[in-house]
Amino acid sequence: MESYYLFSNGELKRKDNVVRLTAPDGKFKDLKVEMTREIFLFGEVSLNTKCLNYIGQLGIPVHIFNYYGFYSGSYYPRESNVSGELLVAQVTHYADEKRRHDIAVQFVESASFNILRNLRYYRQREKDVDEAMSEIKSLRKKIAKTADIQELMGIEGNIRKVYYQAWQAIINQEIDFEKRVKRPPDNMINTLISYVNSLVYSSCLTEIYKTQLNPAISYLHSAGERRFSLCLDIAEVFKPLIADRLIFSMLNKNIITEKDFEREANFCYMKKEARQKILQAYDLRMKETVKHRDLGRSVSYRHLMRLECYKLIKHLMNDKEYEGFKIWW
Amino acid sequence: MRISGTHVYYYFVCKRKLWFFSKAIRMEHLDENVQLGKLLDESSYNRDSGQVMIDETVNIDFIRDWKVLHEVKKSRSIEEAGIWQLKYYIYFLREKGIAIENGVIDYPKLRRREEVELSNEDSQRLIEIMADIENICVQDKPPKLEEKPICKKCAYFEYCFI
Repeated sequence: MESYYLFSNGELKRKDNVVRLTAPDGKFKDLKVEMTREIFLFGEVSLNTKCLNYIGQLGIPVHIFNYYGFYSGSYYPRESNVSGELLVAQVTHYADEKRRHDIAVQFVESASFNILRNLRYYRQREKDVDEAMSEIKSLRKKIAKTADIQELMGIEGNIRKVYYQAWQAIINQEIDFEKRVKRPPDNMINTLISYVNSLVYSSCLTEIYKTQLNPAISYLHSAGERRFSLCLDIAEVFKPLIADRLIFSMLNKNIITEKDFEREANFCYMKKEARQKILQAYDLRMKETVKHRDLGRSVSYRHLMRLECYKLIKHLMNDKEYEGFKIWW
Repeated sequence: MRISGTHVYYYFVCKRKLWFFSKAIRMEHLDENVQLGKLLDESSYNRDSGQVMIDETVNIDFIRDWKVLHEVKKSRSIEEAGIWQLKYYIYFLREKGIAIENGVIDYPKLRRREEVELSNEDSQRLIEIMADIENICVQDKPPKLEEKPICKKCAYFEYCFI
Protein backbone atom coordinates (compact mmCIF):
# COMPACT_ATOMS: atom_id res chain seq x y z
CA MET A 1 0.00 0.00 0.00
CA GLU A 2 1.14 3.52 -0.73
CA SER A 3 0.51 7.02 0.48
CA TYR A 4 0.30 9.68 -2.19
CA TYR A 5 1.59 13.16 -1.41
CA LEU A 6 0.36 15.46 -4.15
CA PHE A 7 2.03 18.82 -4.37
CA SER A 8 1.05 20.04 -7.81
CA ASN A 9 -1.98 22.15 -8.50
CA GLY A 10 -4.63 20.84 -10.80
CA GLU A 11 -7.64 18.67 -11.09
CA LEU A 12 -8.25 15.39 -9.34
CA LYS A 13 -10.72 13.29 -11.27
CA ARG A 14 -11.99 9.82 -11.72
CA LYS A 15 -10.81 8.58 -15.07
CA ASP A 16 -12.35 5.17 -15.74
CA ASN A 17 -11.12 3.09 -12.84
CA VAL A 18 -8.22 5.21 -11.70
CA VAL A 19 -7.90 8.56 -10.04
CA ARG A 20 -5.99 11.02 -12.19
CA LEU A 21 -4.33 14.25 -11.18
CA THR A 22 -4.01 16.58 -14.15
CA ALA A 23 -1.72 19.59 -13.78
CA PRO A 24 -2.56 22.90 -15.52
CA ASP A 25 0.02 22.12 -18.22
CA GLY A 26 -1.83 18.94 -19.12
CA LYS A 27 0.61 16.54 -17.52
CA PHE A 28 -1.11 13.88 -15.48
CA LYS A 29 -0.43 11.25 -12.91
CA ASP A 30 -2.60 8.20 -12.34
CA LEU A 31 -2.92 6.86 -8.83
CA LYS A 32 -2.97 3.12 -8.43
CA VAL A 33 -6.22 3.05 -6.52
CA GLU A 34 -6.01 -0.56 -5.41
CA MET A 35 -2.68 0.20 -3.81
CA THR A 36 -3.58 3.56 -2.31
CA ARG A 37 -3.74 3.82 1.43
CA GLU A 38 -4.34 7.56 1.68
CA ILE A 39 -3.92 10.78 -0.28
CA PHE A 40 -2.35 13.99 0.99
CA LEU A 41 -3.24 17.14 -0.91
CA PHE A 42 -0.83 20.06 -0.61
CA GLY A 43 -1.50 21.92 -3.82
CA GLU A 44 -4.53 23.78 -5.01
CA VAL A 45 -6.63 20.93 -6.28
CA SER A 46 -10.17 20.93 -7.49
CA LEU A 47 -12.16 17.75 -7.36
CA ASN A 48 -15.75 16.81 -7.98
CA THR A 49 -18.24 14.58 -6.23
CA LYS A 50 -17.73 11.88 -8.82
CA CYS A 51 -14.14 11.68 -7.68
CA LEU A 52 -15.04 11.83 -3.99
CA ASN A 53 -17.65 9.12 -4.48
CA TYR A 54 -15.08 6.89 -6.08
CA ILE A 55 -12.45 7.57 -3.44
CA GLY A 56 -15.07 7.00 -0.78
CA GLN A 57 -16.14 3.73 -2.30
CA LEU A 58 -12.54 2.58 -2.19
CA GLY A 59 -12.27 3.73 1.41
CA ILE A 60 -9.30 6.02 0.88
CA PRO A 61 -9.02 8.95 3.32
CA VAL A 62 -7.87 12.27 1.83
CA HIS A 63 -5.92 14.67 4.06
CA ILE A 64 -5.97 18.30 3.06
CA PHE A 65 -3.33 20.91 3.83
CA ASN A 66 -3.64 24.63 3.26
CA TYR A 67 -1.40 27.04 1.40
CA TYR A 68 0.95 27.33 4.37
CA GLY A 69 1.22 23.59 4.76
CA PHE A 70 -1.00 23.40 7.80
CA TYR A 71 -3.41 20.54 8.19
CA SER A 72 -6.94 21.67 7.53
CA GLY A 73 -8.92 18.45 7.57
CA SER A 74 -9.64 15.06 6.12
CA TYR A 75 -12.21 13.56 3.85
CA TYR A 76 -13.06 10.51 5.89
CA PRO A 77 -15.11 8.06 3.81
CA ARG A 78 -18.17 6.43 5.23
CA GLU A 79 -17.30 4.05 8.03
CA SER A 80 -17.48 0.55 6.67
CA ASN A 81 -16.10 -1.20 9.73
CA VAL A 82 -18.55 -0.38 12.42
CA SER A 83 -18.95 -2.39 15.56
CA GLY A 84 -21.77 -1.18 17.78
CA GLU A 85 -20.41 -3.17 20.69
CA LEU A 86 -16.98 -1.62 20.41
CA LEU A 87 -18.46 1.85 20.16
CA VAL A 88 -20.42 1.25 23.35
CA ALA A 89 -17.27 0.00 25.04
CA GLN A 90 -15.36 3.07 23.85
CA VAL A 91 -18.01 5.35 25.28
CA THR A 92 -18.37 3.56 28.61
CA HIS A 93 -14.62 3.68 29.09
CA TYR A 94 -14.72 7.38 28.38
CA ALA A 95 -17.66 8.15 30.64
CA ASP A 96 -16.23 6.29 33.61
CA GLU A 97 -13.61 8.59 35.10
CA LYS A 98 -11.54 5.76 36.55
CA ARG A 99 -11.48 3.70 33.38
CA ARG A 100 -10.73 6.73 31.26
CA HIS A 101 -7.86 7.64 33.55
CA ASP A 102 -6.38 4.12 33.33
CA ILE A 103 -6.11 4.39 29.56
CA ALA A 104 -4.92 8.00 29.56
CA VAL A 105 -2.16 7.11 32.04
CA GLN A 106 -0.85 4.55 29.58
CA PHE A 107 -0.60 7.15 26.83
CA VAL A 108 1.38 9.51 29.02
CA GLU A 109 3.54 6.72 30.49
CA SER A 110 4.64 5.49 27.11
CA ALA A 111 4.94 8.91 25.49
CA SER A 112 7.24 10.09 28.28
CA PHE A 113 9.17 6.83 28.22
CA ASN A 114 9.82 7.39 24.52
CA ILE A 115 10.81 10.97 25.21
CA LEU A 116 13.38 9.72 27.70
CA ARG A 117 14.68 7.33 25.10
CA ASN A 118 15.35 10.23 22.77
CA LEU A 119 17.14 12.14 25.48
CA ARG A 120 19.19 9.10 26.48
CA TYR A 121 20.33 8.76 22.90
CA TYR A 122 21.55 12.34 22.84
CA ARG A 123 23.21 11.99 26.21
CA GLN A 124 25.28 9.18 24.69
CA ARG A 125 26.28 11.69 22.07
CA GLU A 126 27.46 14.00 24.79
CA LYS A 127 24.67 16.49 24.68
CA ASP A 128 23.84 18.21 27.90
CA VAL A 129 20.45 16.74 28.69
CA ASP A 130 21.11 15.26 32.12
CA GLU A 131 19.05 17.78 33.97
CA ALA A 132 16.07 17.38 31.67
CA MET A 133 16.29 13.62 32.01
CA SER A 134 16.24 13.62 35.78
CA GLU A 135 13.42 16.14 35.85
CA ILE A 136 11.33 14.03 33.51
CA LYS A 137 12.13 10.90 35.48
CA SER A 138 10.79 12.46 38.65
CA LEU A 139 7.73 13.81 36.84
CA ARG A 140 7.06 10.35 35.45
CA LYS A 141 6.76 8.94 38.96
CA LYS A 142 3.69 11.09 39.49
CA ILE A 143 1.82 9.91 36.40
CA ALA A 144 0.17 6.84 37.89
CA LYS A 145 -0.59 8.68 41.12
CA THR A 146 -2.59 11.46 39.50
CA ALA A 147 -6.16 11.71 40.73
CA ASP A 148 -7.82 12.83 37.53
CA ILE A 149 -7.30 13.65 33.87
CA GLN A 150 -6.80 17.33 34.62
CA GLU A 151 -3.85 16.60 36.85
CA LEU A 152 -2.50 14.04 34.38
CA MET A 153 -2.64 16.61 31.58
CA GLY A 154 -0.73 18.98 33.83
CA ILE A 155 2.09 16.46 34.36
CA GLU A 156 2.14 15.72 30.67
CA GLY A 157 2.44 19.43 29.93
CA ASN A 158 5.32 19.78 32.34
CA ILE A 159 7.16 16.85 30.81
CA ARG A 160 6.80 18.38 27.36
CA LYS A 161 8.01 21.73 28.62
CA VAL A 162 11.19 20.26 30.08
CA TYR A 163 11.66 18.17 26.96
CA TYR A 164 11.33 21.10 24.58
CA GLN A 165 13.78 23.14 26.63
CA ALA A 166 16.33 20.38 26.07
CA TRP A 167 16.02 20.80 22.31
CA GLN A 168 18.40 23.74 22.40
CA ALA A 169 21.08 21.29 23.51
CA ILE A 170 20.13 18.56 21.08
CA ILE A 171 19.97 20.60 17.92
CA ASN A 172 23.29 21.68 16.44
CA GLN A 173 21.96 24.66 14.57
CA GLU A 174 21.65 28.01 16.21
CA ILE A 175 17.98 28.03 17.08
CA ASP A 176 15.68 30.24 18.96
CA PHE A 177 13.32 27.82 20.63
CA GLU A 178 12.10 28.29 24.14
CA LYS A 179 8.59 27.04 24.17
CA ARG A 180 5.98 25.50 22.00
CA VAL A 181 3.72 27.99 20.27
CA LYS A 182 0.87 26.88 18.04
CA ARG A 183 -1.74 28.53 15.86
CA PRO A 184 0.24 30.06 14.35
CA PRO A 185 3.74 28.79 15.12
CA ASP A 186 6.12 31.70 15.57
CA ASN A 187 9.53 30.29 14.72
CA MET A 188 11.09 27.59 12.61
CA ILE A 189 11.12 24.86 15.24
CA ASN A 190 7.49 25.44 16.10
CA THR A 191 6.60 25.40 12.43
CA LEU A 192 8.48 22.15 11.96
CA ILE A 193 6.83 20.55 14.96
CA SER A 194 3.37 21.61 13.81
CA TYR A 195 3.96 20.27 10.35
CA VAL A 196 5.47 16.93 11.26
CA ASN A 197 3.00 16.33 14.05
CA SER A 198 0.12 16.90 11.67
CA LEU A 199 1.57 14.21 9.42
CA VAL A 200 1.76 11.77 12.31
CA TYR A 201 -1.75 12.72 13.26
CA SER A 202 -3.10 12.08 9.76
CA SER A 203 -1.34 8.74 9.56
CA CYS A 204 -2.90 7.72 12.86
CA LEU A 205 -6.28 8.63 11.42
CA THR A 206 -5.67 6.48 8.37
CA GLU A 207 -4.76 3.53 10.57
CA ILE A 208 -7.72 4.06 12.91
CA TYR A 209 -9.98 4.15 9.88
CA LYS A 210 -9.04 0.56 9.11
CA THR A 211 -10.19 -0.59 12.51
CA GLN A 212 -13.58 -0.42 14.18
CA LEU A 213 -12.45 2.29 16.57
CA ASN A 214 -14.34 5.57 16.47
CA PRO A 215 -11.79 8.35 16.00
CA ALA A 216 -13.81 10.95 17.88
CA ILE A 217 -13.72 9.21 21.24
CA SER A 218 -10.44 9.67 23.03
CA TYR A 219 -9.15 9.28 26.56
CA LEU A 220 -6.28 11.62 27.28
CA HIS A 221 -7.66 14.43 25.14
CA SER A 222 -11.28 15.33 25.59
CA ALA A 223 -13.50 13.57 23.15
CA GLY A 224 -15.35 15.05 20.29
CA GLU A 225 -13.95 18.53 20.35
CA ARG A 226 -14.41 19.32 16.70
CA ARG A 227 -11.76 16.82 15.77
CA PHE A 228 -10.76 13.21 15.67
CA SER A 229 -9.13 13.34 19.05
CA LEU A 230 -8.30 9.65 19.31
CA CYS A 231 -5.58 10.36 16.75
CA LEU A 232 -4.08 12.84 19.17
CA ASP A 233 -3.97 10.21 21.89
CA ILE A 234 -2.27 7.65 19.73
CA ALA A 235 -0.01 10.19 18.04
CA GLU A 236 1.22 11.21 21.50
CA VAL A 237 2.90 7.84 21.85
CA PHE A 238 4.58 7.96 18.45
CA LYS A 239 5.61 11.60 18.22
CA PRO A 240 8.94 11.10 20.02
CA LEU A 241 9.82 8.11 17.85
CA ILE A 242 8.68 9.43 14.50
CA ALA A 243 8.23 13.20 14.54
CA ASP A 244 10.89 14.38 16.97
CA ARG A 245 13.63 12.11 15.70
CA LEU A 246 12.86 13.21 12.16
CA ILE A 247 13.15 16.86 13.14
CA PHE A 248 16.44 16.30 14.99
CA SER A 249 17.98 14.49 12.07
CA MET A 250 16.79 16.99 9.45
CA LEU A 251 18.24 19.87 11.44
CA ASN A 252 21.43 18.22 12.62
CA LYS A 253 22.27 17.08 9.11
CA ASN A 254 21.52 20.59 7.87
CA ILE A 255 18.96 19.28 5.43
CA ILE A 256 16.61 21.92 6.76
CA THR A 257 17.97 25.32 7.72
CA GLU A 258 16.82 28.86 8.36
CA LYS A 259 16.71 29.37 4.58
CA ASP A 260 13.81 26.96 4.25
CA PHE A 261 11.49 29.26 6.15
CA GLU A 262 9.71 32.43 5.39
CA ARG A 263 8.73 34.84 8.11
CA GLU A 264 5.66 36.98 8.08
CA ALA A 265 4.46 39.47 10.65
CA ASN A 266 3.80 37.11 13.50
CA PHE A 267 4.38 33.69 12.15
CA CYS A 268 6.72 31.56 10.21
CA TYR A 269 6.07 29.06 7.49
CA MET A 270 7.98 26.57 5.46
CA LYS A 271 8.78 26.82 1.79
CA LYS A 272 7.34 24.24 -0.53
CA GLU A 273 10.66 22.53 -1.25
CA ALA A 274 11.29 22.15 2.46
CA ARG A 275 7.89 20.56 2.94
CA GLN A 276 8.66 18.12 0.16
CA LYS A 277 12.01 17.21 1.65
CA ILE A 278 10.39 16.53 4.98
CA LEU A 279 7.58 14.49 3.48
CA GLN A 280 10.04 12.33 1.63
CA ALA A 281 11.96 11.70 4.82
CA TYR A 282 8.72 11.10 6.68
CA ASP A 283 7.49 8.57 4.16
CA LEU A 284 10.79 6.69 4.30
CA ARG A 285 10.72 6.67 8.05
CA MET A 286 7.19 5.31 8.14
CA LYS A 287 8.29 2.43 5.95
CA GLU A 288 11.24 1.60 8.15
CA THR A 289 10.78 -1.71 9.90
CA VAL A 290 11.68 -3.25 13.20
CA LYS A 291 11.40 -6.83 14.32
CA HIS A 292 8.47 -7.01 16.67
CA ARG A 293 9.27 -8.86 19.85
CA ASP A 294 5.86 -10.34 20.53
CA LEU A 295 4.88 -11.07 16.96
CA GLY A 296 8.24 -12.24 15.70
CA ARG A 297 7.55 -10.39 12.47
CA SER A 298 8.99 -7.31 10.87
CA VAL A 299 6.62 -4.39 11.17
CA SER A 300 6.89 -0.87 9.83
CA TYR A 301 6.71 2.22 12.01
CA ARG A 302 3.36 2.92 10.41
CA HIS A 303 2.12 -0.52 11.29
CA LEU A 304 3.03 0.06 14.92
CA MET A 305 0.20 2.59 14.92
CA ARG A 306 -2.31 0.01 13.80
CA LEU A 307 -1.03 -2.45 16.38
CA GLU A 308 -1.63 0.25 18.98
CA CYS A 309 -5.25 0.38 17.81
CA TYR A 310 -5.50 -3.39 18.20
CA LYS A 311 -4.16 -3.19 21.74
CA LEU A 312 -6.72 -0.55 22.55
CA ILE A 313 -9.54 -2.67 21.13
CA LYS A 314 -8.36 -5.59 23.23
CA HIS A 315 -8.48 -3.43 26.31
CA LEU A 316 -11.94 -2.11 25.52
CA MET A 317 -13.26 -5.61 24.80
CA ASN A 318 -11.99 -7.01 28.13
CA ASP A 319 -9.45 -9.10 26.30
CA LYS A 320 -6.13 -7.78 27.54
CA GLU A 321 -5.13 -4.70 29.47
CA TYR A 322 -3.68 -1.93 27.34
CA GLU A 323 -0.04 -1.12 27.69
CA GLY A 324 1.24 1.76 25.59
CA PHE A 325 4.00 1.28 23.04
CA LYS A 326 7.50 1.77 24.41
CA ILE A 327 10.57 1.84 22.22
CA TRP A 328 12.28 -1.47 22.90
CA TRP A 329 15.39 -1.14 20.80
CA MET B 1 -29.71 -14.76 17.49
CA ARG B 2 -29.30 -15.21 13.77
CA ILE B 3 -26.61 -17.76 13.04
CA SER B 4 -24.98 -17.44 9.66
CA GLY B 5 -22.82 -19.95 7.86
CA THR B 6 -19.78 -17.96 8.88
CA HIS B 7 -20.66 -18.47 12.54
CA VAL B 8 -20.69 -22.23 12.02
CA TYR B 9 -17.49 -22.09 9.99
CA TYR B 10 -15.66 -20.06 12.62
CA TYR B 11 -17.00 -22.32 15.37
CA PHE B 12 -14.79 -25.02 13.93
CA VAL B 13 -11.90 -22.78 13.00
CA CYS B 14 -11.50 -20.73 16.17
CA LYS B 15 -13.86 -19.79 18.99
CA ARG B 16 -12.17 -16.43 19.50
CA LYS B 17 -12.67 -15.54 15.88
CA LEU B 18 -16.31 -16.50 16.25
CA TRP B 19 -16.70 -14.16 19.22
CA PHE B 20 -15.04 -11.23 17.42
CA PHE B 21 -17.13 -11.87 14.33
CA SER B 22 -20.30 -11.70 16.44
CA LYS B 23 -19.16 -8.31 17.76
CA ALA B 24 -18.39 -7.05 14.25
CA ILE B 25 -14.69 -6.72 15.09
CA ARG B 26 -13.49 -7.77 11.70
CA MET B 27 -10.03 -7.97 10.24
CA GLU B 28 -10.72 -9.96 7.11
CA HIS B 29 -10.93 -6.98 4.81
CA LEU B 30 -7.23 -6.34 5.49
CA ASP B 31 -6.16 -9.88 4.76
CA GLU B 32 -4.73 -10.74 1.38
CA ASN B 33 -5.84 -14.37 1.53
CA VAL B 34 -9.39 -13.34 2.26
CA GLN B 35 -9.38 -10.85 -0.60
CA LEU B 36 -8.18 -13.59 -2.93
CA GLY B 37 -10.94 -15.86 -1.69
CA LYS B 38 -13.50 -13.18 -2.35
CA LEU B 39 -12.26 -12.72 -5.91
CA LEU B 40 -12.41 -16.45 -6.46
CA ASP B 41 -15.94 -16.50 -5.16
CA GLU B 42 -16.99 -13.74 -7.51
CA SER B 43 -15.26 -15.11 -10.56
CA SER B 44 -16.10 -18.82 -10.34
CA TYR B 45 -19.19 -20.45 -11.77
CA ASN B 46 -20.39 -17.39 -13.60
CA ARG B 47 -23.04 -19.43 -15.36
CA ASP B 48 -24.90 -20.00 -12.13
CA SER B 49 -26.59 -17.09 -10.49
CA GLY B 50 -24.45 -16.54 -7.46
CA GLN B 51 -24.95 -15.70 -3.79
CA VAL B 52 -28.45 -16.28 -2.47
CA MET B 53 -29.21 -14.64 0.85
CA ILE B 54 -31.97 -16.40 2.75
CA ASP B 55 -33.85 -14.84 5.66
CA GLU B 56 -31.00 -12.34 5.93
CA THR B 57 -29.15 -15.07 7.73
CA VAL B 58 -27.45 -17.55 5.49
CA ASN B 59 -25.66 -16.59 2.33
CA ILE B 60 -25.36 -19.50 -0.06
CA ASP B 61 -22.90 -19.40 -2.93
CA PHE B 62 -25.37 -20.94 -5.35
CA ILE B 63 -28.22 -23.42 -5.57
CA ARG B 64 -28.97 -25.79 -8.46
CA ASP B 65 -32.69 -26.42 -9.02
CA TRP B 66 -33.39 -25.84 -5.34
CA LYS B 67 -31.97 -29.28 -4.74
CA VAL B 68 -28.21 -29.03 -4.47
CA LEU B 69 -26.38 -26.36 -2.47
CA HIS B 70 -22.92 -25.23 -3.52
CA GLU B 71 -20.20 -23.67 -1.45
CA VAL B 72 -17.01 -22.38 -3.10
CA LYS B 73 -13.77 -22.65 -1.14
CA LYS B 74 -10.26 -21.65 -1.96
CA SER B 75 -8.47 -24.55 -0.31
CA ARG B 76 -9.09 -27.61 1.80
CA SER B 77 -7.01 -26.39 4.68
CA ILE B 78 -9.92 -26.20 7.09
CA GLU B 79 -12.07 -28.77 5.40
CA GLU B 80 -14.11 -29.87 8.40
CA ALA B 81 -15.32 -26.34 9.03
CA GLY B 82 -16.43 -25.99 5.42
CA ILE B 83 -18.30 -29.28 5.57
CA TRP B 84 -20.18 -28.25 8.69
CA GLN B 85 -20.97 -24.87 7.20
CA LEU B 86 -22.59 -26.58 4.25
CA LYS B 87 -24.39 -29.08 6.47
CA TYR B 88 -25.81 -26.15 8.35
CA TYR B 89 -27.12 -24.64 5.09
CA ILE B 90 -28.82 -27.91 4.19
CA TYR B 91 -30.30 -28.10 7.68
CA PHE B 92 -31.44 -24.49 7.56
CA LEU B 93 -33.21 -24.84 4.21
CA ARG B 94 -34.80 -28.17 5.11
CA GLU B 95 -36.18 -26.53 8.24
CA LYS B 96 -37.75 -24.01 5.88
CA GLY B 97 -39.44 -26.89 4.09
CA ILE B 98 -37.23 -26.90 1.02
CA ALA B 99 -36.31 -30.40 -0.07
CA ILE B 100 -32.56 -30.06 -0.44
CA GLU B 101 -30.96 -33.29 -1.53
CA ASN B 102 -27.34 -32.65 -0.70
CA GLY B 103 -24.50 -30.17 -0.97
CA VAL B 104 -21.29 -29.80 -2.90
CA ILE B 105 -18.12 -28.01 -1.89
CA ASP B 106 -16.31 -26.74 -4.95
CA TYR B 107 -12.59 -26.12 -4.97
CA PRO B 108 -12.17 -24.42 -8.33
CA LYS B 109 -8.46 -23.90 -7.79
CA LEU B 110 -7.93 -27.57 -7.02
CA ARG B 111 -10.41 -28.62 -9.71
CA ARG B 112 -12.11 -30.83 -7.20
CA ARG B 113 -15.47 -31.09 -5.57
CA GLU B 114 -16.79 -32.91 -2.59
CA GLU B 115 -20.32 -34.05 -1.88
CA VAL B 116 -21.80 -33.43 1.53
CA GLU B 117 -24.82 -35.19 3.03
CA LEU B 118 -26.77 -34.31 6.12
CA SER B 119 -27.67 -37.27 8.34
CA ASN B 120 -30.07 -37.26 11.25
CA GLU B 121 -27.15 -37.43 13.63
CA ASP B 122 -25.63 -34.42 11.94
CA SER B 123 -28.84 -32.49 12.48
CA GLN B 124 -28.78 -33.36 16.17
CA ARG B 125 -25.16 -32.28 16.38
CA LEU B 126 -26.01 -28.99 14.62
CA ILE B 127 -28.64 -28.19 17.21
CA GLU B 128 -25.99 -28.57 19.91
CA ILE B 129 -23.52 -26.52 17.90
CA MET B 130 -26.03 -23.70 17.48
CA ALA B 131 -26.67 -23.58 21.21
CA ASP B 132 -22.94 -23.54 21.82
CA ILE B 133 -22.43 -20.70 19.33
CA GLU B 134 -25.04 -18.59 21.10
CA ASN B 135 -23.33 -19.35 24.36
CA ILE B 136 -19.97 -18.15 23.13
CA CYS B 137 -21.35 -15.00 21.55
CA VAL B 138 -23.11 -13.76 24.69
CA GLN B 139 -19.95 -13.95 26.81
CA ASP B 140 -18.66 -10.52 27.80
CA LYS B 141 -15.08 -11.56 27.10
CA PRO B 142 -13.58 -13.30 24.09
CA PRO B 143 -12.57 -16.94 24.66
CA LYS B 144 -8.95 -17.47 25.68
CA LEU B 145 -6.30 -17.66 23.01
CA GLU B 146 -5.43 -21.18 21.93
CA GLU B 147 -2.32 -21.29 19.84
CA LYS B 148 -2.75 -23.39 16.73
CA PRO B 149 -0.66 -23.79 13.60
CA ILE B 150 -3.31 -21.94 11.57
CA CYS B 151 -2.91 -18.83 13.75
CA LYS B 152 0.03 -17.66 11.69
CA LYS B 153 -2.13 -17.41 8.58
CA CYS B 154 -5.11 -15.84 10.29
CA ALA B 155 -6.21 -12.26 9.68
CA TYR B 156 -6.40 -11.90 13.46
CA PHE B 157 -2.86 -13.09 14.10
CA GLU B 158 -1.49 -9.68 14.98
CA TYR B 159 -4.56 -8.79 16.93
CA CYS B 160 -4.40 -11.96 19.05
CA PHE B 161 -0.67 -12.04 19.63
CA ILE B 162 0.11 -8.40 20.29
